Amino acid sequence: MTMRWFYYAAPQTFYGLAGRLWPWLAAVALALTVAGLWVGFAMAPTDAQQGEGYRIIFVHVPASWMSMVIYLAMAFWSVLGLTFNTRLSGMMTRALAPTGALFAFLSLWTGALWGKPMWGAWWVWDARLTSELILFFLYLGYMALTSAIDDVRRADRAGALIAIVGAINVPIIYFSVKWWNTLHQGASVSLTRSPSMAQLMLWGMLLMALAMWAYTLAIVCYRVRTLIIERECHTDWVQALPEVAGAKA
Amino acid sequence: MSAFFALVVRDLRLAFRRKAEVLSGLFFFVVVAALFPLAIGPEPATLRHIGPGVLWIGALLASMLTLPRLFENDWRDGSLEHMVLSPHPLGLLVLGKITAHWLVAGLPLVALAPVLGLQFDLPPDALSMLALSLLLGTPVLSCIGAIGAALTLGVRGGGVLIALLVLPLCVPVLVFGAGAVEALGSGLGAQAHVSLLLAMLLPAVFFSPWACSAALRIALE
Amino acid sequence: MRWETWSEFWFMGGYAWYVWGSMGMTAVLLIFEMVQARQSHRRVLALASAQHSLESP
Repeated sequence: MTMRWFYYAAPQTFYGLAGRLWPWLAAVALALTVAGLWVGFAMAPTDAQQGEGYRIIFVHVPASWMSMVIYLAMAFWSVLGLTFNTRLSGMMTRALAPTGALFAFLSLWTGALWGKPMWGAWWVWDARLTSELILFFLYLGYMALTSAIDDVRRADRAGALIAIVGAINVPIIYFSVKWWNTLHQGASVSLTRSPSMAQLMLWGMLLMALAMWAYTLAIVCYRVRTLIIERECHTDWVQALPEVAGAKA
Repeated sequence: MSAFFALVVRDLRLAFRRKAEVLSGLFFFVVVAALFPLAIGPEPATLRHIGPGVLWIGALLASMLTLPRLFENDWRDGSLEHMVLSPHPLGLLVLGKITAHWLVAGLPLVALAPVLGLQFDLPPDALSMLALSLLLGTPVLSCIGAIGAALTLGVRGGGVLIALLVLPLCVPVLVFGAGAVEALGSGLGAQAHVSLLLAMLLPAVFFSPWACSAALRIALE
Repeated sequence: MRWETWSEFWFMGGYAWYVWGSMGMTAVLLIFEMVQARQSHRRVLALASAQHSLESP
C-alpha cells in the first residue's frame, strides 16, 4: 500500500493520474452543482425570518467550509513535504492556495451580502467572519511569500513552514476572536445563528459543499499538471509528451 | 548556555553601535501614537477609549519595523552561516538573538507606552496594566516576528512581506493585550487576559526558536 | 417547484441584488479561475515545446 503512494509521489506518475482524474471530478462537480442549486433554489422553502435572502447560504457556507478544508490540506501537504522532502508536496500546496483564497474571499463577499439585508450592515465583526478575514490574510501571506522567493525549492519549503505555522495558529486566532467578540457586545447579531434548518436547506448546502469539494479536487489536479510541466520541462518524459511535442511555440 | 548569553551581549553591542536604527523604531511608535488623535479628534473620552488599542497597534507596528534587521546583517557578513554550522544548538542561538531584539526594540516600548498613555488621558491603573500587557506581549511579537524574518531572509520587499505574514498571527496577542487594559477599565478584571498572555508567551518562547531554525536552514540552503 | 413565474424567481422576494450578487460573484470567480488555469496550462505547454524545438533540431 505504501509502495502505491510513493509511486504516485513522483511527478511523472502523478501527472498521468491527475490527467485521468480531473475530467471525472469536473463532471461530478457539475452534476452536484446542478443538483445542489436545484434543491436550493427550486425546492427549498422560504425562510420564516429571512425570506428568500437566506438562499445565499447555499454558496456562503460551502465556501467557508472549503476555505478551511483547503487550508488544512495545505498544512497536510506542507508537513508531508518537509518530512519526506518530496517535490510534489510543494506543488500541491501551491496549487491549493489560489482556490482556497478564492473561497475565503467568496465567503467574505457572500457574508457581507447576507448581512446587509438581514442586519443592516455590510460588515459585522462577528467571530466567524473576522476569523475568515484573518484566514484570507493567511492565504495572501502564503501566496506573497512563495512568489517573492525566486528559488522554487526554497519558496516551496518556506511556504510550507508558514502554512504549518498558520495552521497551528488558526485555532488560537479563532478562540481569541471569539473571546473578543463576546466581550464587545456591540454586534449583538450573529451570522452563526442559522435559521432553523429545514431538511431541504441542509441538503442544498451539503450538495453545494460536495460540489465545491469536487471542483477543488478537479482544479487542483489540473493546476498541479501545469506546475509539473513547468518545473520538469527539461526532462525527457515531459519532452516526449504528445501535448508538448505538438504545442505551437 | 554561555553561548546564549554571549550572543545576547554581542547583539546588544552591535545594536548600540547603530543607535539610530534602534531609536527610529521608538520614534515611529511616538509618531504613530500621535497620529491617531490627530485623525480622530482630541475629545478625551474618545481618546481614553481608543488609547490602549492605539498604543498596542503602535507597539506592534514598531516591532514589525525592526524585524528585517534581526537576521539580515548576520546573513550578509556570513556570521549567520557560522551560527548554523556551530556545535551549539541553533535554537538556543536564535533565542539569544530574539532576546537581544526584544531588549532593544520591545522593552523600550514597554517603558515608553505609559508615558504616551498620558496623551490619551489614561488613568494610572490603566497605564500600569498597559505596561504589564506589553511586557508580556512584546516578547511574543518578537518571537512570532522572528519566524517571519527568518523566512524572508534576503527576499525583496522584506519589511512589508514580514508584516503581511506576521500580523495575522499576532492577532491573539493584540486582542488579549489591548483587551486587558480595557477589561480593567470596565471593571471586569484582567486576570484572564494576563493569564492568557502568559499562556501564549511560554509556547512562543519554546516554539519560535525551533521554527526559526528550520526557516533559517531553508533560507540558507 | 417553488416559483410560479420566472419574474418571481429573479425577484427573489426582494432580495434579488443580494442573492444574485452572491451567486453572480461565485460564478464569475470560478469561471475566471478555470479560464486562468487553462490559459496558464497552454502557456506552459508552449514554453515547454519551445524547449523541445531548441533541443532537438
